[in-house]
This record gives sequence, structure tokens and C-alpha cells, in this order.
Amino acid sequence: MHPTDFTIAGAVAALEEGVISAEELTRAHVAAIEALNPKINALITVTAEHAIEAAKASDTRRARGEAGPLEGIPLAVKDLFCTEGVPTTAGSKILEGFVPPYESTVTTRLKRDGAVFVGKANLDEFAMGSSNLTSAYGGVLNPWSRRNDPQARLVPGGSSGGSAAAVAARMALGATGTDTGGSIRQPAAFCGIAGIKPTYGRCSRFGIVAFASSLDQAGPFARTVEDCAVLLRSMAGHDPKDSTSADKPVPDFVASCGQSVKGLRIGVPREYHIDGMPAEIEKLWRQGLEWLRDAGAEIVEISLPHAEYALPTYYIVAPAEASSNLARYDGVRFGKRVAESNSDLRDLYERTRAAGFGPEVRRRIMIGTYVLSAGYYDAYYLKAQKVRALIARDFREAWSKVDAIVTPATPSAAFAEGENSDDPLQMYLNDVFTVTANLAGLPGLSVPAGLDPQGLPLGLQVLGRPFDEETVFAVGAALERAADFKALPGMRAGA
Amino acid sequence: MSYTIDGETGPWELVIGLEVHAQVVSNAKLFSGAATEFGAEPNSQVSFIDAGFPGMLPVINRECVAQAVRTGLGLNAQVNLWSRFDRKNYFYADLPQGYQISQFAHPIIGTGEIEIALQDGSTKVIGITRLHLEQDAGKSLHDQHPSKSFIDLNRSGIALMEIVSEPDMRSPEEAGAYLTKLRQILRYLGTCDGNMEEGSMRADVNVSVRKAGEGFRTRCEVKNVNSIRFVMQAVEAEAWRQIEVWESGGTVEQETRLFDTGRGITRSMRSKEDAHDYRYFPDPDLPPLVFEQSWVDELKAALPELPDQRRARYVADYGVTPYDAHVLTLEKETAAYYEAVAKGRDAKQAANWVMGDLFAAINRTKTSIAEPPVSAADLGALLDLMADSTLSGKLAKEVFEVMVETGRAPGVIVEERGLRQVTDTGAIETVIDEVLAKNADKVAEYRSGKDKLFGFFVGQTMRAMQGKGNPALVNEVLKKKLG
Amino acid sequence: MSLDTATVRRVAALARIRLEEEEVARVQGELNGILGWIEQLQAVNTDGVEPMAGGNPEGIAAMPLRDDVVTDGGQAAKVLANAPDREGEYFGVPKVVE
Repeated sequence: MHPTDFTIAGAVAALEEGVISAEELTRAHVAAIEALNPKINALITVTAEHAIEAAKASDTRRARGEAGPLEGIPLAVKDLFCTEGVPTTAGSKILEGFVPPYESTVTTRLKRDGAVFVGKANLDEFAMGSSNLTSAYGGVLNPWSRRNDPQARLVPGGSSGGSAAAVAARMALGATGTDTGGSIRQPAAFCGIAGIKPTYGRCSRFGIVAFASSLDQAGPFARTVEDCAVLLRSMAGHDPKDSTSADKPVPDFVASCGQSVKGLRIGVPREYHIDGMPAEIEKLWRQGLEWLRDAGAEIVEISLPHAEYALPTYYIVAPAEASSNLARYDGVRFGKRVAESNSDLRDLYERTRAAGFGPEVRRRIMIGTYVLSAGYYDAYYLKAQKVRALIARDFREAWSKVDAIVTPATPSAAFAEGENSDDPLQMYLNDVFTVTANLAGLPGLSVPAGLDPQGLPLGLQVLGRPFDEETVFAVGAALERAADFKALPGMRAGA
Repeated sequence: MSYTIDGETGPWELVIGLEVHAQVVSNAKLFSGAATEFGAEPNSQVSFIDAGFPGMLPVINRECVAQAVRTGLGLNAQVNLWSRFDRKNYFYADLPQGYQISQFAHPIIGTGEIEIALQDGSTKVIGITRLHLEQDAGKSLHDQHPSKSFIDLNRSGIALMEIVSEPDMRSPEEAGAYLTKLRQILRYLGTCDGNMEEGSMRADVNVSVRKAGEGFRTRCEVKNVNSIRFVMQAVEAEAWRQIEVWESGGTVEQETRLFDTGRGITRSMRSKEDAHDYRYFPDPDLPPLVFEQSWVDELKAALPELPDQRRARYVADYGVTPYDAHVLTLEKETAAYYEAVAKGRDAKQAANWVMGDLFAAINRTKTSIAEPPVSAADLGALLDLMADSTLSGKLAKEVFEVMVETGRAPGVIVEERGLRQVTDTGAIETVIDEVLAKNADKVAEYRSGKDKLFGFFVGQTMRAMQGKGNPALVNEVLKKKLG
Repeated sequence: MSLDTATVRRVAALARIRLEEEEVARVQGELNGILGWIEQLQAVNTDGVEPMAGGNPEGIAAMPLRDDVVTDGGQAAKVLANAPDREGEYFGVPKVVE
């Protein structure tokens, strides 16, 4: 077995048994990165030397009997997490040259538990996108390809496209991502791996470059649901440095993966049967529900009457918060500065921000600025916050009838570069199934469940009650077992 | 007679409201753990939160919240158990986040009021609209480089209370009295040090003018006025400017202005012209600020005595006049000094000494009540020496001057210089006998009805005793001998 | 609501994003496309609905309070390390005329 084919749980066991050392495991992944990253472009910054040093230190700790739960596990970190001493770009030119003098809480916890970081993963600029094509550091190639059009350059989804592609291509055993409207779940589905956005407040946002503060949540990618549980266990937990971090104990998510779904009530939202959804996705959805019924769950149709307004609501709330969050990129204290010799401060701001931000980010900042501006606040921002409250209320009512909700993760399989790109609105529709969980703050897991006729992976999404990731993991693991998803992307280490 | 300014078209009334930014006394900043000390090395008291670095998040300082609540209680204001922070968005070199975290829609403190005292002895109640917590900005230095401004973020993120008054003031004097009183309350509470030179308190002054009986006309805001005297001058200058605009047929435009202290005029701030759209929205990094009434009650119970209460107590317990009580309570250091002297002594006499000799000595020596030339304990001891007749009033003044000069205790000075007053009747009689013998002619004149000569004998006796004779005894013995 | 070119310029100015003259029409079209789509929210009846601010799914959280202790700062070199224009212990910007 090639070392890059381990699951995280498997690698932890192998390291424990001495079958492999952390250094060997890391070197195998570094080699995979050297071979594949030039094509896939999943990592913006490769920290090979750091990683090998960290792996050696990890082996030493293990030898001393001080192994943490993720001791020696090579991971990729979305380049939205600030990492001390390692450049952090947020996929944007405006952060060119920025080296954070501090570490995010989530990566601090992963390091504490022994993880080894192999590099910083590519992403849509400031996490704004569903294709990874808005990155200033180039797009990421999805390791999967279409059966009858293998040359088509498929996107890995976004915004955490580099994280998902790196895990799928076996450049890392797992990765961190962030999810503001679907940025973990959609790329997980496009790349045939698992990914979870936990409940808002479960993971600290401290040290993560903010996109939309009331929607952003960090979460893990891995090739199995259980591996996601292992990673989330380390990433989650209360952080006094984030006022929105939940002061709640972190359950044993791994144990939840083995829980039976017998007797669970699984909701199927009527409104998710959208016009124009490909037949194979409808079919996979029905199949997923069938699997759960076979495992003893009860399938219940529910209604989320305001779900259809989730996307327009999101495209007011997220840009509004982003317009404010991104005001700090002004060319004064860090990052890029663009100015003429005679620029005054205002000109410096305007040139820096026009040159530093890409078109999608500029567009969203302008939308956000507009919806908050005098005279439009009530019609747009306040209205969106009220609809958001209704969306959250719909879910609260649903939880009186069901224990989890299962939907497709995305309305299509991975698309090719150039498709969906003429009209920003077309791109926004990618998040149609995922965005409600962000608006309502709920946990959502994407699990690979089948292939489309082109041989591309498709995912199912499991949503749960606030802070009930345990049930989400249980249902996700049950779907995973039933789906027995064995397909592999063409482009991967050891292939 | 209410205050008006006479223009060419007749008298104009002034309408004035103040927005005061008061720096909260706390060790750490409002949303970060960086220090707040004044005068530190540039950028040495800056956390990455204060500098608006990527991924940084605010966590509020409990003490800053408590200070706002204490201030609200001191302003007899409503304390809101639920409040919220909003972002005020604008770009400025010393605003690192690109927004200021403030409270726009739901401030921590609602309406209240304070009473101000005016020169003519009257009082007036000025309404408080609200008080909210917000972050201060950094500081731009414009004089360090020919083509650049330098940014120091030490002040960035320090907690401010913005205290907004109703437009209840009608004269420069009232504006000055309001600011004086507000500063006094904050200093008594210990919630703001009131140090206007260091920028701990700054006022934005809203001024409009109108004819009697009118509603409000357009107001202008004079930003960042940093002394009470300048506030009064700015009010007057801005009122005059507006009167001239109206009277020349023009219209006052609502705008932000600056007070040019050198020239005594206000001028327009061009750079803020397009900054009016602040795009306030609830800060998604901060859940609502919620606390229990029981916590407010605890803070209230521990509140220090406020100037109004203290003034009333001085009148009631110490028997001083309301005016003296006002003067003695203006600064809490003065009040503390006074109480230390007055406690267990003749409180009126203590008031006279503090407001008379001590204040004069402070002026003369250019010291302050915080570091007085004579300690309260020493002044108290001096009063004790008068009470037990060791010193006469006149001798006490002499001793006080020596105390100011040398900083020594009065008892020591009395002993060293032999200034003890003579209360031995026998000794006084001996001296008086000598005086009367030497001035037999004057004694005869006195006895024949020239009563005015009594003072002459007193003077001669005191001179013979080098001023140390007890005046009452000298009088008594003289009367007897001359009688 | 549809944005005219003056509003597009004003919004860009508020956001401090330089907009070249030849970009205005294109940006106007994009923004209007998005705003037109967002317009569908007006169909939702939100009478009496409390707006949801913040992401807390349980809607009950209050902000935590930190102790008034100095735990940060004293790191001017780190604060200044990433500055595009560092002037001694200060950040440098073009002169601001007040």
C-alpha cells in the first residue's frame, strides 16, 4: 500500500504500530506534491522543509510517548488560515508578501495534536467563489476527469478548491477548509471526498481571514467521514479569543460515526426538488434515502418554505459583511500597496484596492457597500436579516419532526473551466443546497455517494441540529457505508 | 435675562449640544489586551487586533463595560441591560480596521440628566441623550516628514465613552458649565481622568442660532475641541459666523468644522465631506452585550459619592455656604483635602483656610491641590494649634507661610522659632503695666474719654510681646487695668 | 432598484476602489444583474420578524467579557514588520492634509 493511500485513522494506527514513521509518511506526501502540484496547483505555498522537520519532531515525540491524536499526520491548510512565519495570501494579490506573526486557533490546535502541515492550499480569492477560479494564484485542476472528455479542465469547486483537490489527489491525508456558503461541502462533493462545516461557533474563527463573519466556519476535509470526525475533534472547541465561539464541550465525533441510524427521522425538504436538477442527482438522492431506510431510519417529508430565498439572502448578507471585513486591506500596515509618486492617501487606497482585489471580490465589495448605504439599508440588508431569521425558523420547526435532513450537496457534478463563468449569477447557484446551513448556522456534511454518467463524483449532504454534529456524523457514516464509494480520481499519487 | 447675540437684524438665541468623547480609565483596551498608558513609545501598545490584522477578532473588556455603567449611574441615566455594537465604516489612515466598533442603534446607556451651576447662582438641568462605548482611533503625525504622515496606533482601540447631550444649552457659559460638570462627575467616578491636554476628553460642539420663538435652524458640528475655554470660544465664534451667514441672506449648510484656536474662528473640514455614509450595521464578530440588573445594583452600591451629594453634605454637616461647598467639591482632590482638614475641627474655619491661604499658596508656588505645598495633615495641625490657643490667628498665618516655604510641620516651627502665644495672665499683666507706665499721658487721655486709644494700647502691648500675646487676654487685662 | 452610473461611481468611491471610466458601464451591468436578482426578497412577508444579526444558531448567546489585564502589545517590531512603508517606529502614508 502506498503511504499516501492511508486514511487518517489508518495512518494513526500504522504510526502507532511503527509500520511507518511520520518522516516517511510526510516524505511520501511531499513527493506527491512535487509530482502533482505543478499540474493541479492545489497548494499556493509548499512547506516541504518545515513539514519534514515537523515530522522528525513528531517521531521524537512519539518515541517519548508523547504522541497526540494527530501525531505525524500530513495535512494541507487552506490559505485563509494565518500561519505564523508562513505566507498567507487568502488567494489575493492584496496580501502579497504578508507573513502573519501569529497562528490561527484552529491550526494551533491541529499542531498541538501533532499534525504536520505540508502547505497552504489554493482557494477562491478571499473565499469568494465556487470554482477556485477567482484565485490570484491560478485555478486548481480537479483530479477527476470526464469519461468522454478527459481533456476538459474541471474545477475542484470552491472556495476551498485547493484543499479538496489536495486530499483527493493524495497530496495530504486531510485538509482544513472554511465554509461561508458551501465552500467545504461543494468542493468535497466535486472532488469525491468528505467535508463538514460544523455548527457556527464550533470552531474558532480567530486567525482565519474573514469573509463574512456571521457565516464563516472552519471545518475539515478527508477521504472518509470518520477522518473528518478525527480532524474536527482537534479543530473544535471554545476559544476565548473569538466572542462568537461556543462554550460547549466537544463530543467524541469518531464514536458517533459508528452509531446506528435506526429509528432516526430523516427529513427530505420538498423545496429542494429544484427545476432543472440533473436526473442523476435526483436519483442519487432517492438512493441515499433508500439506504437510510434500509438501515432503519424513517424518511419524513418536510417543508422549508423560505429555502428558495436563501441564495439572494446570502448575496446580501455575505457581501455586506465582506465589504466591511475587507476594508482593512488598504496598503498601510501589510500586504500590497499601489501608488503613484504623487498619490494622496485616498488615491493610494483606491489604486491599491483596485489592483489588489480581483473582479469578483471588487464586485462583492461594491454590492455590500451598496446594500449597507444610506437609503438602501432597510430594503436590502435589514430585509435579508429578516428573511434569514425566517430561514432559521423553518429549520427550528423542522427539528421538531426530524433528527437530520438529507439533500444533494450540489446541483451538478464538477463543471469545466469556462462553463458557468460568463454570468456571476450562474456561479452563485452552485451553493443553492448548501447556503441554508450557513444562514441558519447549522452543521452540514458532504459525503461522496455515487458517480454521474461521466464518472464524476456526486455528494449527498446531511444537515443537523445546532451542535448536533454527532447525528450528522452517524447519518453520514451510514450513507458512506451503504454507498461503498470506491472510485478514484485519475490524477493521484501512486496512480 | 437669557443670553443672546445682537446681530444687525436683532437678537439671536444660541442652541448648543455637546458630544463628549471621554477616554475610559482601564488597564487594557476595549477589545484587546494591549495597554492604554499615555505617552508610550510609538506602536508599542498595539495588539494585532488594534492594528486590524487579518483574522483578528474583538473580545470586550469587562471593566470598560463597568465604567460605562458607573458613568450612566452618575448621570442619573437609564442603563440598558441589552445593547449592541455596530460597525461605523469609513476609511482613514489611523483607522486600521476600516471601521470603528461603536454602538449606534442600541447604546449601553439611555437618557439621563445633569444639573449645572451658573455664575448668577441659578442652576439648570441639561438632558443626556445617550452614552455609548466605542473604540478610539490611532494618531496621525503630520509634522515628522515633508511629504508623509506617520501613524501611531497606540491609541487605536482604547475605550471611549461618547456622551451626547440634548441641545439644551443656550450660551457659551452653559456649554462651559456643562463640560465642567461632566468632567467633574467623570473624575469623581474615576471613569475618565478628564485630562483634556492629553486628549482624554474631547468635545464635538453642535451649534445653531435662531430668532426667539423659532424651531431649530441648521446646526454645524465643531469637531474635537480640547479645552473648556475653547468650547466656549468655539460656540461664540461659530454662532457669530452663522448669524453673519443668515443676515447676509445666505443659508447655513450642515457641516463639520474645526476650531482654529489661534485665530479664534471655525473653518470647514473639507476632507470629511463624503464621509457621511457610515453604513452602520451590527458587528457580526460580537454577540449582544447582555448583563443582569443585579450587576448594575452591585456597581451602584459601590459608587463613590458624587459632587452634588458631597456638596449637599458639606452644607448640611459642615455648615459651609452653598457657594463654598461648590468651590470645595469642584475637584475631588480639593474635596478630599478639605475633608481631611475639616474632620473633627471647625469646618468653617477649615473652609476659609483651604479656599484662602491654601489656594493662594498653590497659586503663588504654581503647585496643585494634588501636590499641595502644605499637606492636609499639617494644615489640620495648624488649626489645632489655634484651637488650643497655642497660636493666634495672626501667628498662625505667619507659621503657615513658614510651612509653605520649608514644608515643615507647624508644631516644629512653633517650637523652633518660639512663636508660641503667651496665655500667662501674669506675664501679660507685667508687660501691660510697663506699657501703661511708659504712656501715662495717653492713659490720662483715654480715661478722659478718648476711647479710640484702646487700640493703641493693644498695639503697644502686642509689639512689646513680639505679637505672641493672646489677643483676647491682652484685651481683657487692658480693659481691667484701664477701667 | 437599478443603479445609474453616478451611483456606481459613488459606491466605488465609498469602497475606495478605483474605477476607470471604461469600466463603469460593465460594472453597472453586473451590479444591476445581481441587484435585480436579489429583488425577489421583496416578495417575502417579513412583517413583525426580528432580524437575525450574527451567526449564532440558537440566537441566545451574549458576548463574553475579558478581564481588564494587559496581555498584549509590546511588539512594535512585529506590528510593523509587514508594513509597505515603515518609517522608524511608525507606519508611513502620503501626507494627510486636514
